[in-house]
Amino acid sequence: MTAPLFELDKVNLSGGGSAVLRDVSITLPEGASCVAGPSGSGKSTLLRLLNRLADPDAGSVAYRGRQICERDVLALRRDVSLVPQLPALLDGTVAENVRYGAQLAGRRADATRALDLVGLDRTFANRDAARLSVGEQQRVMLARALALEPSVLLLDEPTSALDGDAKASVEATLAELRRGLELSYVLVTHDLAQAERMADWVVELEAGRVRAEGPIGTPAG
Amino acid sequence: MTLAAIHVSFGDVAATLVLVAVAMAVSVWQRTALEADIAIAVARSFLQLTAIGYVIKVIFEQDNLAFVFALIAVMVLFGALTARQRARQVPSPFLPLLVALALAGATTLALVVALGVFKANARYLVPVGGMVVGNSMTAAAVALNRLGDEVRRSRGQIEATLALGATSSQTMLPIVRRSLRSAMIPLIDSTKTTGLIFFPGTMVGMLIAGAEPIDAVRLQLILLYTLLGSVALAALIATALAYRNFFTPAHQLRDLPDVERRPLPLSRPWRWRTRTGD
Repeated sequence: MTAPLFELDKVNLSGGGSAVLRDVSITLPEGASCVAGPSGSGKSTLLRLLNRLADPDAGSVAYRGRQICERDVLALRRDVSLVPQLPALLDGTVAENVRYGAQLAGRRADATRALDLVGLDRTFANRDAARLSVGEQQRVMLARALALEPSVLLLDEPTSALDGDAKASVEATLAELRRGLELSYVLVTHDLAQAERMADWVVELEAGRVRAEGPIGTPAG
Repeated sequence: MTLAAIHVSFGDVAATLVLVAVAMAVSVWQRTALEADIAIAVARSFLQLTAIGYVIKVIFEQDNLAFVFALIAVMVLFGALTARQRARQVPSPFLPLLVALALAGATTLALVVALGVFKANARYLVPVGGMVVGNSMTAAAVALNRLGDEVRRSRGQIEATLALGATSSQTMLPIVRRSLRSAMIPLIDSTKTTGLIFFPGTMVGMLIAGAEPIDAVRLQLILLYTLLGSVALAALIATALAYRNFFTPAHQLRDLPDVERRPLPLSRPWRWRTRTGD
């Protein structure tokens, strides 16, 4: 039996003096998973545990059968790439941003291809990243993560800043990436309808605890 | 160079309190609420300078390098403690500041002695050491203050960069650069405008004491160039050591404790006196 993508065992984490995650034990299979729940339920915190931007106070996190604290943290972050909720691009052109992560790993990324994967044409490459719309910046963030050639994407509310059309377009892009690149992803959203559209497996969090876990379509509760 | 000794009486110092009274009057008239700060500043400067004057007198009479180093070590210690107050947003800033001031001071003094600019005796090393440590303290404090501000403001940007597999040092490079610039720009600007907009203290002191103007200018230039080096060193060492305290060994940005932001006295809103305002 192959190990699941991620396995969290009795994870507890506090921040700012209060518990953010309480006794969280979940399994996320390969493919598309979703962590859903209202604001403040601990979704983004859980995502940050998966590429060690934070460590739990207690409990353990395993990635493909091996504890993530035993892995090389920089290699882990290149293989399990997180796209944050708010765009946070560096000063410079779009192409410089897209190539940045790969350059750190000593590789030269094909910026045009990465932009193409997220639906931005090659004319974007030389544009100033600071002068893009929020939706375009969000796509550049995704392209920057894809340029690392990760096997897992962690997506923190990737459509929260977008309007209806742009949201549908990013969802279609993610579905295409999943099919074309055989990527797994873990999507955080507060929108259960989006969870149903985008994922095969869902974990619902409420006040830092797991409320429900299972394949899409399983009655919650 | 030799200077004619001048005598400054206690009465001369007391006479300048008239100017302090002017400052008090402005503060009261414009309700800037700085009267207490002015009084504390005047009292502290009198006590501290008088005390250090007697200490320096003894050290000059002894002319023993051990006393010189001890005095500079005390200055470094108090400098680091003072600068720590301005760097409260940086976790554990004391050690980086102490190391930065000690290394910047030691390196600068060693260089000016090795280059033959100053003799290795108390009369030169004490005043130059004081200026070096004082300016280094200000620069290191500004650098760490900016560093702390930037890390808090750019938390999202920093974590997004770490998430790409960047190390903490790669992530912090642009922030460290901006902090260094903030620390060095004031002295660079004052060096640019010296002689045009203001006369620096050493030169003024020498002119009043009866030195030749060209000697006064040359000594001032030596000190300005020396300070540029020491300020750059202090800011570089302080930021290079302090930025690491924001991260865990696994390149994770630590949770930062909330820091109470006390307004500086001069940052209070300035306003015209009104009949209705308080």
